[in-house]
Amino acid sequence: MQTNEVAAIVKKIAVRIIEEKQFLTELDNAIGDGDHGINMARGFEAVLSKLDSEAYQTPSDVFKVVAMTLISTVGGSAGPLYGTAFLNMSKATAAKTEIYINDFIEAVKSGAEGVSMRGKSTEGEKTMLDSMFPAVRAMQNEANKGESHARIIEAGWTAAASGVEYTKTIAATKGRASYIGERSIGHQDPGATSFTIMLEEVKKAVKNGSFCNSIT
Amino acid sequence: MVAFVIVSHSAKLSEGVADLARMSAPNARIFPAGGLPDGAYGTSFDLISEAVKCAYSEEGVILIFDMGSAAMTSEMVVESLSLNKVRVVDCPVAEGAVLGTVLAESGVDFDEIVYELENFSKTE
Ligand SMILES: Nc1ncnc2c1ncn2[C@@H]1O[C@H](COP(=O)(O)OP(=O)(O)O)[C@@H](O)[C@H]1O
Ligand SMILES: [Mg+2]
Repeated sequence: MQTNEVAAIVKKIAVRIIEEKQFLTELDNAIGDGDHGINMARGFEAVLSKLDSEAYQTPSDVFKVVAMTLISTVGGSAGPLYGTAFLNMSKATAAKTEIYINDFIEAVKSGAEGVSMRGKSTEGEKTMLDSMFPAVRAMQNEANKGESHARIIEAGWTAAASGVEYTKTIAATKGRASYIGERSIGHQDPGATSFTIMLEEVKKAVKNGSFCNSIT
Repeated sequence: MVAFVIVSHSAKLSEGVADLARMSAPNARIFPAGGLPDGAYGTSFDLISEAVKCAYSEEGVILIFDMGSAAMTSEMVVESLSLNKVRVVDCPVAEGAVLGTVLAESGVDFDEIVYELENFSKTE
């Protein structure tokens, strides 16, 4: 995947997150402070205008500008968390002019590790990590089997979506939702949901074929 | 004198904590960094960075925060600035600010204030 394709997918993600503002906010209303959608939409609106106003040299530069923009504009936990994730994705792909499927998986993995480090959190705490890590493992599995990139991303998305379902069954022990503890059971985690939505946009882009030849 | 930055989701809360601290330590160097630039609730990387830069001297800056996500944003600011003696300390926001500024005003140094705040307990 080349820089312009990475930027195009990020823009699709931005547009979709902005569309899901209300939904993500409702999810956060149930167990948090009802601002996840607002935070994410504010961040990705800024990302959209940043990406439109400048051209970038490498995929790593795109990830970096996304990171810096989210860090300065989001305002809630999602800012430092997704900011760190994209910053790690940028570091993981540094100096590459094009990224391949394995680079993508490695980048997402290092993004998830960044969230874990920043949030002092692990899987099973009802956070975005409950989608991120399963997605990474599923993609690694498919990649090891030599599956097509479309299959790989599809498997990652499926695992992320199952992760969202899983968050309904557990109590939050990190983030604001931990203040309501057991009462958070039954509700899905907003951050796990927003991550799954992002991966869904990657999946659509790959399926459309527009990125098929370049992600190998 | 060691300076303090009060990081909160609410501008009012951070200003209130600063006022409270100044009651006991009128000469304290304390910088509120609460809310987003447009007044909305949240923590702002840019506002916090600005506050730390204003507060900075070789004697050090301690960041005190109201809750989890404020800590994360504060840590990112500290990492990005990479200045000596700038630290995010986990302690109660109001009492930590009062204790910290009182100590700072009486000339206690950075490491000792950090130690006192990290070991601060409300009930002792
Ligand atoms: N310590 C953490 N580690 C990982 N993810 C976290 C942590 N704290 C919060 N989150 C994620 O952030 C989401 C909430 O984001 P948001 O509403 O934007 O921030 P805030 O909690 O500051 O209001 C949660 O649904 C969860 O997925
Ligand atoms: Mg929230």
